[in-house]
Amino acid sequence: MPSHRMPSEADVISTVEFNHTGELLATGDKGGRVVIFQREPESKNTPHSQGEYDVYSTFQSHEPEFDYLKSLEIEEKINKIKWLPQQNAAHSLLSTNDKTIKLWKITERDKRPEGYNLKDEEGKLKDLSTVTSLQVPVLKPMDLMVEVSPRRIFANGHTYHINSISVNSDCETYMSADDLRINLWHLAITDRSFNIVDIKPANMEDLTEVITASEFHPHHCNLFVYSSSKGSLRLCDMRAAALCDKHSKLFEEPEDPSNRSFFSEIISSVSDVKFSHSGRYMLTRDYLTVKVWDLNMEARPIETYQVHDYLRSKLCSLYESDCIFDKFECAWNGSDSVIMTGAYNNFFRMFDRNTKRDVTLEASRESSKPRAVLKPRRVCVGGKRRRDDISVDSLDFTKKILHTAWHPAENIIAIAATNNLYIFQDKVNSDMH
Amino acid sequence: MLSKGLKRKREEEEEKEEGLSVDSWWLDQSHPAVSQTPPAAASSSLFDLSVLKLHHSLRQSEPDLRHLVLVVNTLRRIQASMEPATALPPVPTPPTAPSVADSLLASSDAGLSASMASLLEDLNHIEDLNQVPEPQADEGPPGRSVGGVPANLGALDLLGPATGCLLDDGLEGLFEDIDTSMYDSELWVPASEGLKPGPENGLAKEQTPELDEAELDYLMDVLVGTQALERPPGPGR
Repeated sequence: MPSHRMPSEADVISTVEFNHTGELLATGDKGGRVVIFQREPESKNTPHSQGEYDVYSTFQSHEPEFDYLKSLEIEEKINKIKWLPQQNAAHSLLSTNDKTIKLWKITERDKRPEGYNLKDEEGKLKDLSTVTSLQVPVLKPMDLMVEVSPRRIFANGHTYHINSISVNSDCETYMSADDLRINLWHLAITDRSFNIVDIKPANMEDLTEVITASEFHPHHCNLFVYSSSKGSLRLCDMRAAALCDKHSKLFEEPEDPSNRSFFSEIISSVSDVKFSHSGRYMLTRDYLTVKVWDLNMEARPIETYQVHDYLRSKLCSLYESDCIFDKFECAWNGSDSVIMTGAYNNFFRMFDRNTKRDVTLEASRESSKPRAVLKPRRVCVGGKRRRDDISVDSLDFTKKILHTAWHPAENIIAIAATNNLYIFQDKVNSDMH
Repeated sequence: MLSKGLKRKREEEEEKEEGLSVDSWWLDQSHPAVSQTPPAAASSSLFDLSVLKLHHSLRQSEPDLRHLVLVVNTLRRIQASMEPATALPPVPTPPTAPSVADSLLASSDAGLSASMASLLEDLNHIEDLNQVPEPQADEGPPGRSVGGVPANLGALDLLGPATGCLLDDGLEGLFEDIDTSMYDSELWVPASEGLKPGPENGLAKEQTPELDEAELDYLMDVLVGTQALERPPGPGR
């Protein structure tokens, strides 16, 4: 991107997601566009392009809509993208804005038929008197063309803003969650959905809690989890009841009395929840920490990692600036041994669950050239300051890394820094200190 | 239904013994969070800030519900902390197990509470008003087209007589900000009455000058749900 061009609001990346093999990486932005990157196969001819990601396809997923009845504009911003497991040559993904989910099919065309009897090369009808013999059209190779088409549009299912979608392991259904309700859809049926969670109180004046994220269990198609603005997680079993208002398990950590403040609830609000690949754990992100929960223990998380505890004394000004409401995502690596989440100043953090070591890295043009090794960063909170440390007061709170993704199998991560996408490969573990 | 209870305390026995002192932690000067913040002035400015945020949130065409709920809950906490300690009711006995938040609410300023409650209730009315009737009432949301909160409504209700003291400008200043699109929308156009249909559908802007004060009041009443929707009076009533 040329340095003189002002980044437009529409280019801000709002979601990042690898597909199940990691071959494809999809990003969605505020302008309603989806960009898909594909990993180039490694080849001996181009040793420097080992497995790099190039643009594969770009399409407009959602457009801004206007609801005339309520005089409201519905944003085209893509909130979430989820890939469907690949079942044939085509790839499919779900993309959603605040109100409407769409199923897109991505197909490749690299051959085209030639030698038609009735049409010429340009497709014009031939003069039949010139046709003296019949030929069989043959498929000839052509430049790769990627075609994207909308296959399903799942509309009118949500009154409130959709924050999550999750594909079931049965590959036939998926769920979508808004602030107060969660719906179950069949991928082939767009005119109805089944409401499985409804926390809307009879009187809205009693509303004190909203749904913030939800996800299906990776292996058990009957289980899903949803998180709340009060910091609790509810694991639900769809076999138990049609309307899963009664959770099977409630995961909640008691409030720490010594850390209590007016902002306790806001900072406990869970902004993201992810099952581990094994299905045995859940990862949650709240404002200051990431926590690992064991599905067998509801009383408290088994691990808590401080993302940026130095912000704890600054909650008041973060409340004033609304930064305290920022929703950061979190991610597991393929083996569930390392977890990652974003922070401010274009920093992102990684925690090794086994060695208990952590690292802070920065995603920025200045500090990273292609194939350079990322340098660990440090935020100092007063006291002795090393040369390259950043002080808390000079952190840039407009540079937030909210969206991150980890390749399902390899050490490749995708980091969205406002309107820039960074893809880092390998060399991650050696930087832990 | 989700409980709106507070999180479990780490030491529940401690709570029973200490009684009020745990519930009113913000008054305990030895508490680290409290000693770090200057008390009354900070609470008051935080309170004002929260009210501002609430207003700003409600003025959005479609408020972020999470933001709204978190600000309201924080406002309740701050407001409760500004009450004198003696106003707090004694900690209820365990069998009833009400949340601390409930007891805080009970002692909090009735006016603010009522306004916040009524503005949230408006969310209820508006959704019901807009709801498209569906054949299978028991099924889920498909067919239901709407929701969302016309912000102006909630704001207007909050600025009712009970909370006039919270605002610097009088009620008159408010009406400058009213979004009149609700009044202009096709919903309020009578089926007949000899009104000329405009060249574009719906937006009856040409009718606006004919809406008098009585009709405005009537429309407001319908919107806040105190009056069921009936055939609106014709112009020049």
